[in-house]
Amino acid sequence: MTSVDTTTNAGQLLAAASGGRRRRGDRVFSRTAVVAAVTILALLAGVAIFLVLEGFPAFTHSAAELPEGKDFLDYVAPLAFGTVLAAALAALVAVPLAVAVALFITHIAPPRIALTLGYLVDLLAAIPSIIYGLWGIFVLGPAAVPVMKWLEEKLGFVPFFQGPASVTGRTMLVAGLVLAVMILPIVSAVAREAFAQTPRRLQEGAQALGATRWEMIRMTVLPFGKSSVISGAMLGLGRALGETMAVTIILSVSGAVTFNLISQANPSTIAANIALDFPESSGLAINALIATGLVLFAITLVTNMGARAIIARSNQE
Amino acid sequence: MSSSRWLVMVAFAVALALGVAACGSSSDETNGGGSSSGGEVSGEIAGAGSTAQQAAQEAWIAEFENENSGVTISYDPVGSGGGREQFMAGGVAYAGSDAALSTEEGELEKAEKRCEPGELIEVPDYISPIAIIYNLPGVEELKLDPETLAKIFAQEITSWNDPAIAKDNPGVELPETRITPVNRSDESGTTQNFTEYLSEVVPSVWKFEVSGDWPVKGGEAASGTSGVVEAVSAGEGAIGYADASQAGELSVAQIKVGSEWAEPTAEAAAKIVEESPLDKELSPGKHTIAYELDRKTESQGTYPIVLVSYLIACTKYGSASEAEAVKAYAEYVVSPEGQELAAEQAGSAPLSSALTKKVTPAVEAIEAG
Repeated sequence: MTSVDTTTNAGQLLAAASGGRRRRGDRVFSRTAVVAAVTILALLAGVAIFLVLEGFPAFTHSAAELPEGKDFLDYVAPLAFGTVLAAALAALVAVPLAVAVALFITHIAPPRIALTLGYLVDLLAAIPSIIYGLWGIFVLGPAAVPVMKWLEEKLGFVPFFQGPASVTGRTMLVAGLVLAVMILPIVSAVAREAFAQTPRRLQEGAQALGATRWEMIRMTVLPFGKSSVISGAMLGLGRALGETMAVTIILSVSGAVTFNLISQANPSTIAANIALDFPESSGLAINALIATGLVLFAITLVTNMGARAIIARSNQE
Repeated sequence: MSSSRWLVMVAFAVALALGVAACGSSSDETNGGGSSSGGEVSGEIAGAGSTAQQAAQEAWIAEFENENSGVTISYDPVGSGGGREQFMAGGVAYAGSDAALSTEEGELEKAEKRCEPGELIEVPDYISPIAIIYNLPGVEELKLDPETLAKIFAQEITSWNDPAIAKDNPGVELPETRITPVNRSDESGTTQNFTEYLSEVVPSVWKFEVSGDWPVKGGEAASGTSGVVEAVSAGEGAIGYADASQAGELSVAQIKVGSEWAEPTAEAAAKIVEESPLDKELSPGKHTIAYELDRKTESQGTYPIVLVSYLIACTKYGSASEAEAVKAYAEYVVSPEGQELAAEQAGSAPLSSALTKKVTPAVEAIEAG
């Protein structure tokens, strides 16, 4: 069994790496990589198994025994709706902004400014989500109150801005905007990498044919980076779907299923609901919360698979 | 050959994952159960339960450990339900709970069984008045009768210049502002007690269930006491409920009790507990003191919206040193000094002297040694 005697000590590893016995070095490397990959799979499977096992009782018990006296599906549906709504809102705001920022950094700004701006955008990712939450309720929320009043007055006929506008600013709109800021760095980082790698000859070729800078970007950079932007957007969406602390603090949740973004009655999100109810829950209520976690897991999985499918199709073209 | 290699890899990865899981669960056990077995002379005891008591428990523990250097106490604020559960299972030496052990789900029986051959102890150790806070510029003083209060939180009264509010506040210029009722978005004992009050005093208006999870949809919801206070401060026309000690700069409404208007003071909160009868069903033993709060009281000087939290323990423990430590700690908690400290640190209402007299013999019943 060669697989047993490859548990080499560090000395042998070094000897292997220093040449001579290159094959052995290759073997060690490839095995390490395989172990890393399998560990990831095992971890993911472990989480999934935990969610299924612990969440299972919530599916089998009757509505009367579950929290709020509702069937599990009735319990999780508004939460899933809120989760998707908040994340979609965030992606809708963040993705165009992130693409614009990435284009500015890679193709428009002078190098020094581009570098600084790149650092600053990355810095956004280093801020803990609870800080975003506090910023949301203390700064953005109150600042958004007059704006939301205005939206209610002028655009009240649109279902999104039906009102009545919240007086505290803890609305789905504000939560979505905060989430957008939170996912901006990851989306723009991925887009930036892709845009920067657009082959020079394509860009020069386009310009040689008389294209303006915008035409060059539209014809070469954007198509080249398209699949990366999509996967970046999905990464961001995944983070927004699972974001807990900021939403918990900001959103005024009262269970309503509504597209109304500016009122005080908002659907909660799965992650925020777990954070809010877990501390005082016991018994079956905990199983129900974990089962909602399983639903979130499934939503995230579907989102990612969807993204893969889109990327695969756009690569074929 | 290569497939067997894969097998080894997979087996290794699974073993790793299991190992990690095993580590996780074993450390849980030491947190929960291990410390309560406490046969050591050091006197290590663990408690768990109500988050409302957390601040008070932390203050008590710090001060108690300061004076008794050999003792280590931990309090895990897992929530009242979790605390009761852990206590019944023998995982913790004592529990803090915002509700007395119930008979419906057999909690009382299980807890008594856990304490055998000793007896169960259950005494109020933390009383906190719940204030009705509001944000209405220009209105310094606001009087609300229970019916109006219930209608506001049931979202039936939606404007501050509603005649129902105006009739109790003559001479006050009430604006037309929309009322934004603010409730807790997390599950809490404060909500539980507030909805209990509403449903007992004005059942004709308050048709919602009594629950730690706010039962009315469509209101403004914020997480934690601080979240509610922040939301009320931010929103003009907002009204909410929060532990009186946390009200800060906000105006506090007066609530009608009998023919008087009451404010959430420590004295008024302690007084209602003192005047309430014991709940016979929930206080079967010599050392169980569970109150059936007389929220409908018309007695002068009482404030009926209060949260009463209990300390649950046993008269006998597995080891003498553990019993000794629990006894000393419980006695300290209900003592005037302990109550004073909680009032200072957590803003609770100290037990009145009459209550202290009732409660002290119960915790003294713990048989040390």
